[in-house]
Amino acid sequence: MRTAGGPAAAALGAGCHGGGRGRGRGGGCGARHLRPGLRGRAAGRPRRGGGGRSCLENTDPRTRGRGIQLLSQVLLQCYSLLQEKEVLHLVLFYENRLQDHHLVIPSVLQGLRALSMCEVLSPGLAVSVLKAIFQEVHVQSLLQLDRHTVYSIITNFMGTREEELKGLGADFTFGFIQVMDGEKDPRNLLVAFQIVHDLITKNYALGPFVEELFEVTSCYFPIDFTPPPNDPHGIQREDLILSLRAVLASTPQFAEFLLPLLIEKMDSDLQSAKLDSLQTLTACCAIYGQKELQEFLPSLWSSLRREPLLQVFQTASEKVEAECLAALHALSACLSCSVLSSDTEDLLDSFLSSILQDCRHHLCEPDMKLVWPSAKLLQAAAGASLRTYHRVTSSVLPLLLEQYTKHPQSSQRRTILEMLLGFLELQQKWGHVEEDESTLLSLRAPVCSVVFSALTDPSVQLQLVGIRALTVLGSLQGFLSPSDLELVVDHLIRLALHEEDSQSSKAAMEAAGSLAPNYPKVFSGRMVPRLEEELQSEREGESPRDHRSLRQRCLQALAAVSIHTSIVRETVPVLLQHLRKVQKGSEAGNAQDMVSVCQSLHRVALQCQRDAEGCWYYHQTVVPCLLAMAVQAAMQESAHPLLGKALLKEEVLAAMVPVISAATTHLSPELAAQSVSHVVPLFLEGEVSFLPQNSFPCSFQPFEDGECLEAQRRLVVLLMAFVCSLPRDVAIPQQERLLRELLALSCSCNCPFTATTAAKCFAGLVNKHPAGQQLDEILQLAVNRMEPGLAEGPRRTQALTLLLWVTKALVLRYHPLSSWLTDKLLGLLGDTELGPAAADGFSLLMAESPDVLHKGCHADVRIMFRQRFFTDNIPKLVQGFHGAGPDVKANYLKGLSHVLNHLPKPVLVTELPTLLSLLLEALSCSDRVVQLSTLGCLQPLLLEAPQIMSLHVDTLVTKFLSLTSSPTMAVRIAALRCAHALTSLPTTVLLPYKARVIRALAKPLDDKKRLVRKEAVAARGEWFLLGSPGR
Amino acid sequence: MVGPGPGGGAALENANPLIYRRSGERPVTAREEDDELPDSIDDREIFGPRAPPHPGGAECRRASASESEVPAGTCLSSRLRGGRDRPCRPVNDAESTVAVEFTPTIPHCSMATLIGLSIKVKLIRSLPERFKLDVHITPGTHASEHAVNKQLADKERVAAALENSHLLEVVNQCLSARS
Repeated sequence: MRTAGGPAAAALGAGCHGGGRGRGRGGGCGARHLRPGLRGRAAGRPRRGGGGRSCLENTDPRTRGRGIQLLSQVLLQCYSLLQEKEVLHLVLFYENRLQDHHLVIPSVLQGLRALSMCEVLSPGLAVSVLKAIFQEVHVQSLLQLDRHTVYSIITNFMGTREEELKGLGADFTFGFIQVMDGEKDPRNLLVAFQIVHDLITKNYALGPFVEELFEVTSCYFPIDFTPPPNDPHGIQREDLILSLRAVLASTPQFAEFLLPLLIEKMDSDLQSAKLDSLQTLTACCAIYGQKELQEFLPSLWSSLRREPLLQVFQTASEKVEAECLAALHALSACLSCSVLSSDTEDLLDSFLSSILQDCRHHLCEPDMKLVWPSAKLLQAAAGASLRTYHRVTSSVLPLLLEQYTKHPQSSQRRTILEMLLGFLELQQKWGHVEEDESTLLSLRAPVCSVVFSALTDPSVQLQLVGIRALTVLGSLQGFLSPSDLELVVDHLIRLALHEEDSQSSKAAMEAAGSLAPNYPKVFSGRMVPRLEEELQSEREGESPRDHRSLRQRCLQALAAVSIHTSIVRETVPVLLQHLRKVQKGSEAGNAQDMVSVCQSLHRVALQCQRDAEGCWYYHQTVVPCLLAMAVQAAMQESAHPLLGKALLKEEVLAAMVPVISAATTHLSPELAAQSVSHVVPLFLEGEVSFLPQNSFPCSFQPFEDGECLEAQRRLVVLLMAFVCSLPRDVAIPQQERLLRELLALSCSCNCPFTATTAAKCFAGLVNKHPAGQQLDEILQLAVNRMEPGLAEGPRRTQALTLLLWVTKALVLRYHPLSSWLTDKLLGLLGDTELGPAAADGFSLLMAESPDVLHKGCHADVRIMFRQRFFTDNIPKLVQGFHGAGPDVKANYLKGLSHVLNHLPKPVLVTELPTLLSLLLEALSCSDRVVQLSTLGCLQPLLLEAPQIMSLHVDTLVTKFLSLTSSPTMAVRIAALRCAHALTSLPTTVLLPYKARVIRALAKPLDDKKRLVRKEAVAARGEWFLLGSPGR
Repeated sequence: MVGPGPGGGAALENANPLIYRRSGERPVTAREEDDELPDSIDDREIFGPRAPPHPGGAECRRASASESEVPAGTCLSSRLRGGRDRPCRPVNDAESTVAVEFTPTIPHCSMATLIGLSIKVKLIRSLPERFKLDVHITPGTHASEHAVNKQLADKERVAAALENSHLLEVVNQCLSARS
């Protein structure tokens, strides 16, 4: 090798001729075939034949090593081109070289690795290579990389020559044991563990070496490894743990050695060792049987119980405790699965007996200290199989029932009932209760009486547990008898309506809701009539406030049980009837009552969405009824404007929106089309024939001009709720006309509610409108109306609202016009009159709107629209800010704040450094929204990019400290959080400010608001620790 | 059957301590979120430090942790109030005083002074300066109760203790928010 110019060619010559020299004729043949392939790669290079020959013969091992290294590297490049004979000769050459000087060995191994990847390796060669390696090389005295090469060779052969290697018998296993014995490098261990795992799972012969193989791997257990900082290999402790566990838990043959080791490590003081042992035990249970476990069961149990029963007190051991329970569960499951032969004793039975013996008496301890740990152990065992469940519950349940009656205090009863509940929940795993063998069924009467007594206890906590237990009992098919069930319903009604505590009442409603689908007849036949009765009763002598809260609860309960279609058919008419009644009544504050009814109706609508039949029933019943009531009220108001119907108040109409929307979104397209053909003509033409009770005094013309039609126009909100929630493929009749009417209304109406609604409805339709000429025309029309409106005149605000909603509709669907509209909006930030409203509009653009233009109502929303809006418009915002006059600068900051607020924080952190100067300026802005959002942006930045932030530490400290005395609580809290986050900057940067910050933070310690004080305490505490020992 | 298992050699100093139910996170009330209304400083606002690490092995640490641990985020008053028979309000916002009693669960707890010191430092750092602090052992619960109380009450000795960087390190470890 005279020059570096032709190493490949030199190596080729060296390899072939060198090999040929040693082995006779083969070399020439190899060279002939190799050359063309190589020439292709090293075309144009001068070929030198004999240069390497002397290299391989050289007496200096270094030079010899270099020659072989070169050959090996060439082989690594071109092993796939080699032919069978060439491989044979190269293998023989390399095997021979294994006896060479130790300096040469690494290169020899490289070459063998290349050859091990050859597909044309003749049979027998793999075995001979491995034998040679096992015999000639002391692997553990090699460097890490070379050891890795040996493992790779073995892995390669195991992948392709499995049958041949198995022919070696246990010798292969023994050879490998010697190879890996003493391995320390985590990179190599991962490979070695994989090899052992394959040895075992692919049934290589282990012969007499089972214990050796176990020793050579188990010596690493439990894994104690901390990756060095900046480790380029990225091997984590967890990787090693998992791959070692896979080995240890791969065969029952290891059991007799492994189980004593696990038992020893379970009692270790190191928490990680405990966790690892327990998790390994759990993994082993998946493949072990009675035979393996038998001998060790007593010690396993005593180690397992040790952690829960001794150390419950320590919070740190919660994880260990959970793993103990998981291991016990796995152990019991393993024992339950084993097939019993008639002559052996039932291990499961004796195992459970010892558990019961150790845990049972704790359940009776009056001070209840070890009650929970014992119960958890028992539950873990009971949950393993049906057999364990029967065995444990037949002993424990009667005991718990007896204890319940023995202890009169509610707190103790609660603990006992919670345990009972745990066992009942386990029964749910197996579904129905089997008639003949269930212990639970034989205890039905006492269990029911205990649960019912809890429901009538004055203690709310006990009631809550009782309600949960009731839910579980009800979910067990066939457990509750019809008479019990009636009692259950009565209890639930009593708790839901009359229990003082709102927690219990709420829980009772939820319980009713979850039981109703199981027993629809009982609930619709017994509960609904009772609730209806309560709703209608006019009680004398009760304060109106009590009466109202009772009615509220009735409404909530009705909504909660409306789960099953047959119940919905009972409850919806009751709710609508009540709404009519409230509307007729003249009570003050009945708007609030109507809102409550609407909330209940909304909940029912959501629960109906799942099933098509219920959904259609609901839609058909509720939507026309609500429309009819609203239309009637509007007409009455048109006739007598002074009456002031509660139904037409904005808050009530707003509460109807989600009802109609939820009733519409899940309709099938055919049914939706049927419905839309009624509703749209109602609004456009006053076609009232489909409404119930449709005799109205005058005509319904919401889109006509006229002073007295104000009330009718407001109902456009109901049209919006319906038409904007339709599935996208439902055609809307007369859509063009509808859009024009909406546009006109939004620009011309004086009432802000109606104008905004019309704009939203317009936007909702435009968002779903298929692209094309029609859409372009209608958008052009909208622009033509907006532009003059925005420029001047009395209705600039309406025009701005329309602009905002249309922009939102188009931004969401990436429509090309959206950027023009956004620019228009950005231009308005500089407007002294509309600027602040335009700035707030950015929040509308970015936020999820509750009623229209969201995914739930089938709007066209692209997933990344916020990010796209951010990248498109931030430069313009920044530019606008720098060019703006002092009186409108705040508008730009506010707009920016709104955009930043709605972006996911991880996205922000990468983008923010470019905005940093603007954000620092924004800290001085007096606007509360700007301050809050700026602080909210800076806080994650302080944690994620401390280096960049360090440059501005002076400004940051000053601004944060001054904002801690802001008049707004939220700003104070955010400023203190930022002051806290400052401590993640490098300590050297912060130390000059330490005294000042600690002094300044003393003031918020005495803040009048507790939440502020809490943040101040945390921040100040952290600043005290800066640069102090023990941080 | 409750006792050291076969593996753990040393017997626990206090194997079966009295445990209190944790009060849990304090839920934020609507009143607390109202910008206008002031909230007075109350008992639940003073939070406990972590138990100091014991110089001995893990077995010792376990013992000391269960002896006198006040889990962070737990109300000190429930743990540290004196005998249940004389209910005392540790914090008095109007008079600007805080009186904290802490109860080592065994009378020979070697960590009592350190725990008291940690509580005191935590209070100094967390309460407005107007407060007068009083940290002492619940009467009758510790062998050298008076000596410890005297040390804790002596401002100069507390200050001197915090000059000792080793002691400060241990105290800081108890007060560090990180686990």
